[in-house]
Amino acid sequence: MSPKTLYDKIWDAHVAHEADDGTCLLYIDRHLVHEVTSPQAFEGLRMAGRSVRAPDKTIAVPDHNVPTTPGREDPKNMTEDSAIQVAALDKNAKDFGIHYYPVSDVRQGIVHIVGPEQGWTLPGMTVVCGDSHTATHGAFGALAHGIGTSEVEHVLATQTLIQKKSKNMKVEITGKLRPGVTAKDITLSVIGETGTAGGTGYVIEYCGEAIRDLSMEGRMTVCNMAIEGGARAGLIAPDDKTFEYVKGRPHAPKGAQWEAALAWWKTLFSDDDAHWDKVITIKGEDIAPVVTWGTSPEDVLPITAEVPAPDSFEGGKVGAAKRSIEYMGLTPGQKLSDIEIDTVFIGSCTNGRIEDLRAAAEILKGKKIAVKRAMVVPGSGLVRAQAEEEGLADIFKEAGFEWRLAGCSMCLAMNPDQLAPGERCAATSNRNFEGRQGRGGRTHLMSPAMAAAAAITGKLTDVREMM
Amino acid sequence: MEKFEKLTGIAAPMPLVNIDTDMIIPKQFLKTIKRSGLGVNLFDEMRYDDAGNEIPDFVLNKPQYRDAEILVAGDNFGCGSSREHAPWALKDFGIRSIISTSFADIFYNNCFKNGILPIVLPQEAVDVLMKDAEKGSNARMTVDLENQTVTSSDGESFSFELDSFKKHCLINGLDDIGLTMEKAASIDSFEAQASQARPWV
Repeated sequence: MSPKTLYDKIWDAHVAHEADDGTCLLYIDRHLVHEVTSPQAFEGLRMAGRSVRAPDKTIAVPDHNVPTTPGREDPKNMTEDSAIQVAALDKNAKDFGIHYYPVSDVRQGIVHIVGPEQGWTLPGMTVVCGDSHTATHGAFGALAHGIGTSEVEHVLATQTLIQKKSKNMKVEITGKLRPGVTAKDITLSVIGETGTAGGTGYVIEYCGEAIRDLSMEGRMTVCNMAIEGGARAGLIAPDDKTFEYVKGRPHAPKGAQWEAALAWWKTLFSDDDAHWDKVITIKGEDIAPVVTWGTSPEDVLPITAEVPAPDSFEGGKVGAAKRSIEYMGLTPGQKLSDIEIDTVFIGSCTNGRIEDLRAAAEILKGKKIAVKRAMVVPGSGLVRAQAEEEGLADIFKEAGFEWRLAGCSMCLAMNPDQLAPGERCAATSNRNFEGRQGRGGRTHLMSPAMAAAAAITGKLTDVREMM
Repeated sequence: MEKFEKLTGIAAPMPLVNIDTDMIIPKQFLKTIKRSGLGVNLFDEMRYDDAGNEIPDFVLNKPQYRDAEILVAGDNFGCGSSREHAPWALKDFGIRSIISTSFADIFYNNCFKNGILPIVLPQEAVDVLMKDAEKGSNARMTVDLENQTVTSSDGESFSFELDSFKKHCLINGLDDIGLTMEKAASIDSFEAQASQARPWV
């Protein structure tokens, strides 16, 4: 047998039909659904008189537009249009008989945090969701990617996707990370290196000692932003850490099935002489704590750097950098560590897991915030409960943070958590696009520890100075 | 789905790189449960000021581009979110084809589900077409899907590559789900075999 990559192996195990031109029907093992990109898909099913082919493989949770303040179980405490979308998901889940975690359920949270937490996401699976950050699940060695609403409808009706295979890219992070450097710094640094279109047409496998050393939470952070590098999906080969994380989760296999699953999962790695269409290698020790300065996730620099001059770029990026710097209200040559911020947002499917909250709390312990507003939005009700049990919630609250309920919140600002025009935010989320966190809002992306450091000083700060 | 065969129309130049889906349709317009009516909010934050008035400098607000059916754009068009509201808004405005050096994967796929043809061309070709689009409404560009060509207003023609299945569906206005349903037997047998091999799924 010819050597295969991890992606090749998962792909081959899921092809339900292949046409002469290579167009495949890829079978989908898990379909995650949320309230914003699904109503039109369910409506399409109804209009065509179709049902959901595999309701037991379909899991829904409202997360994108739900408020993160108490009382949200009552639709009257939501904006009217949000309430309509949530009510539509309630009804669709019931009518089509799919698994559902309503806002009143402690297990509710961001779909990409709930999936792994409940053991829906398992190694070797195909996982899709009408959300680009579905790449998160790749941390388990699952082929996971975002789809549009028409494809959501296609998967609901047929449990397959029409796909052509992507190319294979290997991103290797060698050696150890330096103190203060996290998974977020890895994933942002990779995008800084490849650009936001560098991964277009590829599925990325992240590997190397620095990746192996990451916890499952950290691996999810890395894979989460594969999409920001343009890749269809990001993958990390499963290992003992993965199996340990999965074992005992509510929907993980048990008993003899666990043993059978484990035997297959252990074959899920890229063969030594597998073919790679593109390889990128970064030394772990070369990665610094980074922040973004512009309005694209590729606009990333070490915190010790300065705002770049637009002329230092080439081609269309010159104009884009000029526009970004103007939008962000910055000056070329300004030290990044001199940029003052108003708001801190800790949360999102990128950095809303327990380890992220621990890292931020570690920096915040006994300190007070020096910003107008700071909020922590745990990624799920269970993360929230665990953080309360570990005393992290008290650290945040004593520091002056708002302690919210689970949801996507200010990552995309579809709910009331938004920036005002001109307001500047240190955010642990994944996108710094113009207007992403509110019209005219300015976003700097960074790790949870860096966001906590910024909350204390009121400006972008090198977390290493606080360690 | 609406068929796409051949289109001759006004092309609007948008030379900005990394035009993301948050720019194309900001999140406040995702709270709809319909597919229609989003054209008025296409590029909302670039197109209207805080009071909701049109910003005259924005390309689609200029008289010569108000009826544009083609966009010529910078690299990596449609990056970011998977929101299909982006192609819905473009289509509702009247855009049927977008030309760039590259597109983000999910956006690219979403276009084909909505009768929009995204065209990838090399930088030099996009540069020529961008200049052509800058001529305004007197310069009409032609996109020919059957022959896979884009022709500028002065007759310069460029060929583009396209997946044959995507072309087939777009040119005939075919519904993906209907096509896949015809292969239900393959899905059934795959499912039966997979449930033996991986019963825990």
